Amino acid sequence: MHVTRLNRRCFLVTAIVAPLTQAPAFASPDSADAAIKTFTRGHPARDGKVSIDIASLVENGNTVPITVRVESPMTDADHVKRIAIFSEQNPLPDVATFHLTPANGRAQVATRIRLASSQRVVAVAEMSDGGFWQARVNVIVTLAACIEGAA
Amino acid sequence: MSTRALVSIPRNIKAGDIIDVRATLQHAMETGFRVDTVGRVLPRDIVRRVEAHFDDQGVFAMDLHPAISANPYVAFSLRVARTGTLRVTWRGDKNFSHTEIVAIAVG
Repeated sequence: MHVTRLNRRCFLVTAIVAPLTQAPAFASPDSADAAIKTFTRGHPARDGKVSIDIASLVENGNTVPITVRVESPMTDADHVKRIAIFSEQNPLPDVATFHLTPANGRAQVATRIRLASSQRVVAVAEMSDGGFWQARVNVIVTLAACIEGAA
Repeated sequence: MSTRALVSIPRNIKAGDIIDVRATLQHAMETGFRVDTVGRVLPRDIVRRVEAHFDDQGVFAMDLHPAISANPYVAFSLRVARTGTLRVTWRGDKNFSHTEIVAIAVG
């Protein structure tokens, strides 16, 4: 039997066809909200202070650069303690949590993430005064991470 | 095969500068969602945490989930007060651990 050497990263398509009739296998805005609520321990997150730098149109969902910045003097008295990134449509809503200290000098983190489809990405920051701030961006993904079959 | 990792910092650092630290590690970050050609799930095997210490002080940490891309990359800022040693440690599944040590010299 000839097995075509498909993009081997993307065999997820065979895995999701079977469970489609069962419980949803992917995150949704609801499960992202639940993950955010866990992060904020139930406190509300206000819009503002956080900015997400990410392409609005992404060619390859396997490695999407993202930078999150939070306005903060990063002093002992007033700094960002944590920044978390969440996905609304990936199989899991949690993406990363960054733990910061005043030694960082600047509340700015960057990484590269996987996006399984076009979706919104959320960043939430926890401040030393106990407040939470957030931002959301919409990202269109041309080649999703492990959803498409042959490349 | 040994693990490859890179921690890069700028040159010519002066006391008080806020520098960008970039750290990359060679690691497949197997998500646990991929399936092999006969339908078996490839088990999750990812880096779970990155920690950075300047001398003995923890300055930065990151918790990683499967949505972090292969060969995980992170960049963060560091206010450099004095000459010292930056130690970056990655830990993950299957007892994975790797440390890179970089000398930070203040000019």
